[in-house]
Amino acid sequence: MEIISAFSLWFIPVLIGFILIYSILKKVPAYETFVEGGKEGIRMAVSIIPFLVGMMVAISVFRASGALDFIMDFLKPVLEKAGIPVEVAPLAIIRPISGTAALGMTSDLIAKHGPDSFIGILASTIQGSTDTTFYVLTVYFGAVGIKKMGDAIKVGLLADIAGFAAAIIIVKMMFAS
Amino acid sequence: MVNYIWVFMTVIGIIFAALNGTMAEVNEAVFRGAKEAVTLCIGLVSILVFWLGIMKIAEEAGLLEKLAGLFRPFVKGLFPEVPAGHPAMGYILSNMMANLFGLGNAATPLGIKAMEELKKLNGGKNSASRSMITFLAINTSSITLIPTTVIAIRMTYDSKSPTEIVGPTLVATFFSAIAAILIDRYFHYRRSRKG
Repeated sequence: MEIISAFSLWFIPVLIGFILIYSILKKVPAYETFVEGGKEGIRMAVSIIPFLVGMMVAISVFRASGALDFIMDFLKPVLEKAGIPVEVAPLAIIRPISGTAALGMTSDLIAKHGPDSFIGILASTIQGSTDTTFYVLTVYFGAVGIKKMGDAIKVGLLADIAGFAAAIIIVKMMFAS
Repeated sequence: MVNYIWVFMTVIGIIFAALNGTMAEVNEAVFRGAKEAVTLCIGLVSILVFWLGIMKIAEEAGLLEKLAGLFRPFVKGLFPEVPAGHPAMGYILSNMMANLFGLGNAATPLGIKAMEELKKLNGGKNSASRSMITFLAINTSSITLIPTTVIAIRMTYDSKSPTEIVGPTLVATFFSAIAAILIDRYFHYRRSRKG
């Protein structure tokens, strides 16, 4: 477990260093290329504002009204038996369906429980280690006109469940006190 | 689907508030939610600019191509229906590399290109081929080296160690990718037994 923690700490700086050294060896104008790529980042961050505002308002309303807690109280006994922390259940449900809704849900959980809490770390890991299956399915198959999806949905959703299980297990092993 | 979920959460929330007497909280939540979303996006600018800048360097230096070459032998085994040297394999690999480095925007067009090629290989039929399902399964398990957005959220909410989740995320994503491949294989086995 210490190895994974050390990895988290070293990975990004080492990767950045490696890319920069490699670019100099390949005679790429590093700084100019960096600036050019960075412009895309501004466009991306700004373009998701309306999506995220819509989703985070809906999630805030749903939570503040008490509706979320009401539903979670129902699910609590079942989830606890399965070893799933109740708080992340809505995130797990929404993750394959909508990327921005999941992003909103993750931020909501991090804001409420704190980024370094068990729930905060678990939500971060789930958000980072799974993808919006239905979105990928619709976009990729839709763009090339595939109508019969075969087992694709089943395979995708089962893989998501495996991802959640993996996230819960690894975070419990590393951070549960 | 997203439309229904969005309307459902908001409308149920408002109705529930009316019955539950939490209208004051909901009223406040509308504006707080909107404000938090914008704060979050502003927080995202820093990481996205930096990371996409670094990734552009990696791309220009030919690092992504090089890595794709390293992965080729493994990935080839996953797509037995794609002939050696077929352009589909190139697109599949580029799409995987873009996903690996968190370049979602670059990954999507490459993924669509890969699907087009796989459709040609499948005789242009409108049903999903084995390779397409495998490609999709790997894509949805989202193998990401660095979850940039999540790190940005953690920074926005003053995490003591925003990158602490890099290790666990990688382990989780690795297992979910392996699970995706195994599940895909199992379904293929079931299909081929049925005939």
